[in-house]
Amino acid sequence: MKGEPMTLPAPAGEPLSAPTDLASTDLAPAVRPDGGHLADGFLADGPTASLVQSVDWLAIAPPTLTAVLALVLLVADLFLPARRKPLLGGIAVAGLLLAGLTLLPLHEGDRATFCLASGTGTGGGVAGSCSYVADPFTLVIQLLVLGGALLTALLSVPVLRRTALPEGEYWFLLLASAAGATLLPASRDLITLVIALEVASLPAFALVGLRRGDRLSAESAWKFFLSSVTATAVTLLGVSFVYGATGAVHLEAVAEGLKRVDGGPLHSLATLGVGLTLVGFAFKTAAVPFHFWVPDTYVGAPLPVAGYLSVVSKAVGFSGLALVTVVAFPSAADLWGPAVAVLAALTMTVGNVAALRQRPDGPHSAVRLLAWSSVGQAGYLLVPIAAAGYAADPSRAVGATVAYALMYAVVNLGVFGVVTLVAGGGSPSPRIADHRGLYARHPLAALALAFFLLCLAGLPPGVIGLFAKVTVFAAAVDGGLGWLAVVMALNVVIALSYYLSWTAVLFRGPTEPATPAPSAGPSSAASATPSPSGAAEPAGAAGAPGSSGSAPAGSDTRTPVPSSAAASGPLAAARSLPGGLPLTVAVALAALTALALSAAPQLVLRFASQGLL
Amino acid sequence: MNDTVMQSLLVVVVAGPLVGAVAALLPAPPGLRGSSPDQAVLRHGVTVTGVVLAAALVLAAGFDRDEPQRMQATTDLSWIPALDIRLHLGVDGISLPLLVLTALLTFLCALYSYRYPPQGPPARALVALLLLLESGTLVTFAALDLMLFFLAFETVLVPMYFLIARWGGAQRERAAGKFILYTLLGSVLMLLGLLVIGLRAGTFDIVALTSDGGAGDLARGTQILAVLAIGVGLAVKTPMWPLHSWLPDAHTAAPTVGSVLLAGVLLKMGSYGLVRIALPIAPEGAEVLAPWLAAFAVVGILYGSLACLALVLPGRAPDPGAPPERRLFSLLPRPSGGADLKRLVAYSSVGHMGFVLLGIATLTRTGVNGALFANVAHGLITGLLFFLVGAVKERTGTTDLEQLDPRGQGAALYGRTPRLGGLLAFAAVASLGLPGLAGFWGEMLAMLGAYHPADGLDRPAYLVFLALAGLGTLLTAGYLLLMVRRVCMGGPPEPAPDTGPPGSTSTGPAPAATRTGTAGAAPDRPAGSAGSRAEADAAAPSGHPTGAAPAPAALPDVRGYEFATWTPLVALTLLAGLWPAVLLHLTDPAVAVLLPGISR
Repeated sequence: MKGEPMTLPAPAGEPLSAPTDLASTDLAPAVRPDGGHLADGFLADGPTASLVQSVDWLAIAPPTLTAVLALVLLVADLFLPARRKPLLGGIAVAGLLLAGLTLLPLHEGDRATFCLASGTGTGGGVAGSCSYVADPFTLVIQLLVLGGALLTALLSVPVLRRTALPEGEYWFLLLASAAGATLLPASRDLITLVIALEVASLPAFALVGLRRGDRLSAESAWKFFLSSVTATAVTLLGVSFVYGATGAVHLEAVAEGLKRVDGGPLHSLATLGVGLTLVGFAFKTAAVPFHFWVPDTYVGAPLPVAGYLSVVSKAVGFSGLALVTVVAFPSAADLWGPAVAVLAALTMTVGNVAALRQRPDGPHSAVRLLAWSSVGQAGYLLVPIAAAGYAADPSRAVGATVAYALMYAVVNLGVFGVVTLVAGGGSPSPRIADHRGLYARHPLAALALAFFLLCLAGLPPGVIGLFAKVTVFAAAVDGGLGWLAVVMALNVVIALSYYLSWTAVLFRGPTEPATPAPSAGPSSAASATPSPSGAAEPAGAAGAPGSSGSAPAGSDTRTPVPSSAAASGPLAAARSLPGGLPLTVAVALAALTALALSAAPQLVLRFASQGLL
Repeated sequence: MNDTVMQSLLVVVVAGPLVGAVAALLPAPPGLRGSSPDQAVLRHGVTVTGVVLAAALVLAAGFDRDEPQRMQATTDLSWIPALDIRLHLGVDGISLPLLVLTALLTFLCALYSYRYPPQGPPARALVALLLLLESGTLVTFAALDLMLFFLAFETVLVPMYFLIARWGGAQRERAAGKFILYTLLGSVLMLLGLLVIGLRAGTFDIVALTSDGGAGDLARGTQILAVLAIGVGLAVKTPMWPLHSWLPDAHTAAPTVGSVLLAGVLLKMGSYGLVRIALPIAPEGAEVLAPWLAAFAVVGILYGSLACLALVLPGRAPDPGAPPERRLFSLLPRPSGGADLKRLVAYSSVGHMGFVLLGIATLTRTGVNGALFANVAHGLITGLLFFLVGAVKERTGTTDLEQLDPRGQGAALYGRTPRLGGLLAFAAVASLGLPGLAGFWGEMLAMLGAYHPADGLDRPAYLVFLALAGLGTLLTAGYLLLMVRRVCMGGPPEPAPDTGPPGSTSTGPAPAATRTGTAGAAPDRPAGSAGSRAEADAAAPSGHPTGAAPAPAALPDVRGYEFATWTPLVALTLLAGLWPAVLLHLTDPAVAVLLPGISR
């Protein structure tokens, strides 16, 4: 808490600090948790607390910038002529980069804002409690969210160009949701948490249903909306129970309050509240049994939005879950620890078994498989949180989740990138069978996808995937959850079989049958690449700078000979890719990040060794 | 040689193939293009594996033989501090032979592929996968960090999967899938065991864990749990009965080089892991589970040899006219998949690795030395056998005994390709453990260890295991000699019809049919190499003689590159058989360190 102007007295009416005020008012009544203190507080507040609160703008810059950007894009859309609309995408990408850059100065130390003035707190341990904290946990998740949104934006550009999606609304909704997702990990009181959760979710419903006139899209949005709203309502109910029992909304104060009510008459109310609060977050994480919206929603949504849901929305869910469990409800660990463990085991098993059952040639099979596998991956993400309920140092266990989530975000968005690329050719939502022979068509894209899939499976050469899983296993073993580790081990094997069969499809010949006659040509890649105009034109080389380094089959400029045809093919392919530059950049970015992480897993795994919270 | 040189040599050995694998994917630089892209990249493979082999040999030459128990050429760098994972590499007397064996076998495979690339996708991927595989195995044998060991152990899965699935024979995708799922299931369990050890003991460093003796730090229950999990993972790889069922399928489907590396190198990772990790780090757990391991090992020995016997005996249905002992054997359960020679060698691997496991399970120096010796011997001999079977397949178009020798009178390889037949017979008798060849010492020492197992183990039980293993050696001799009988021998050619075209027996026509059938489709292939399996398989039955059997067609005998590939294996088999001390002097002091307090 080093931010300069963070906790000065503030006037009670300032809108941004509303949750803070709400909390600050119940200091006295905390000892009489009869439910009437809320109104009392508000009435009593006016004269006593003449507080001037100043805001640490730098600390709140990431969500604020994103939100402002969303509004700017919405307004700009009204004034841009149709042919200039692609400019919006550029603004969105640049703005997200800028928001990401604001994380850099925050790196130096913990900052907090919207705090209670220390003098006012007497009850519930609220003195100095803050609603917005930019600690390492916050920054890492914000990085994940902004990076995920950035990749999503890059994926969206070509999709928007191809389809009839309304651009202005699309960007507004995407960025608004990203703003909520950026706010959530920083929230340290229950009300801000719920608001952030809703800000992140509500635009997502609209994003899913954005494909006008598409029945599938509308239906999936409706399904998503109904189930999500129900889950949020349940969470709100839980929050109100917790508040009623403890008289506090700040997470640390709730933790104190729960200790106090332990064994008291309000104990069962608090327990119920804890359980119900978890539901909403479990829903966002797509944990079983709150997962059934996932496959239909992913299929119905535009591809980049499905990728966004699978990464950013999940990040929102598990970071909220980590916050409420580890920070707010540590004393109820014996309650949520086993619950989350069972949830994790169910989630990964159901997700992986369902993903295994997807037929490669079924409709939408690629996205369906990704949807189910994302459910399975959510199970792995929950394992360390469950272990936090047993571990001596819960925040370390949460670090394992964060490390895994970072790996998963990069790699999964990479997969969605390549799938978007494949979809560019034909069907809007490709089948796995459509990936057959991708290596012959786009060698670099195929190698990248193979690498992503092996990372997801956790097998070398996807080293980072392997070690991320090792971290999760270590958290489980450390917490004494041996049975959960064994369940996860079995799931890793199940998951491997479908990831690997997808990987194998990439390298099959484009037309050969399942048991093909071996091709005797000198190089099927060379012969199948139709444009061996080897000498990669400078424009092409410059146009796809990322792709030239994104996979081992590098592409330097050389004279066209058969051996370099395979290498110059990708460049030609990159130029003729349906997605063009942004998509190439997105995939290359993901591939390079994943490669860098594989070489130096410490980059993300260090979060697993330090207390983030 | 000073430490820095040794250190860099080991780094070259383990990292060289990895760099080479990446380089293989890049286009060839000007001047190294060769006559075709495939030729260039195959030559690249030979070069890289050759350099690695040379480095490994220099490393072996510089290895201080007076102190084989000391870790030499060590490198210790921090890699992932978060998980306390270090790049800790080193060799001692246990790992050095395996390191050299790996480098040698991979080099020979690259050499063999250079002249006779397996049919399938472009060679670029083949070379990259071979090199990645080599890197994984070499790191496994050199790793001194549990997590690095695990990473390397997993690294071999994907290359081997694709080697089988892309370059294999019939049923290859299923076999490849079975291979990777079985081994992955084993290795994730192993990961849990390694994590239990590492987290409880506070370090993943094998040297530190070994020098602690494990017993001081780890509770007995933890040790048993860890050894169980690690043991199951390694036993799948070794493979131990009843976790072996992926092996025959994988071998049958794999291309020749895949089979050679799978049997010669990959299986050794399992037994090496048991010796390197389970015995010294969790001695109490190992002691509790050793009798079980021995029991499964002996079942594996018997099962492997009985399965082989069932494969090698001619005829599928009980033949009332057959001699009684043959009728008896025909009641044996016949393993599925036909009487494939590759399957036969694969099942024999189950038996031979049973001896390795039995030796380890005795927990004596004698037994473990025997196990390590048998490891290397099996790598040499089975590698050679798979090469030879591959050559038989290349010449005749099939490895099915029933097609090679439909009448049970022998395929007469001696007559048709005398040198190939002779080599096959040599490899077979080496495999059955003829004294004077490499196969003998390992099995003998393992059984000797079982005669007097470590204190605390139930000696009568081990004596029973010993007796059963002895029976296993008899059965092994039986099926291998029968195989020689059916493949190599054969009566003098019966009077042939004067018009008999070269190739109206079941085996003869395959090359001929292929020559005409695939002339357009596979111009690059030598006609005798039976370009397309499908056609070869289709052609073979069509040539079944209905009347008199004509003389079997002559086949091309051993070629120059084949001699070059096989001679080192033959020579080393002889060397290890005649002068076992060359290996035992390396392993014995190192084993003594791993098994403190055990004098025999």
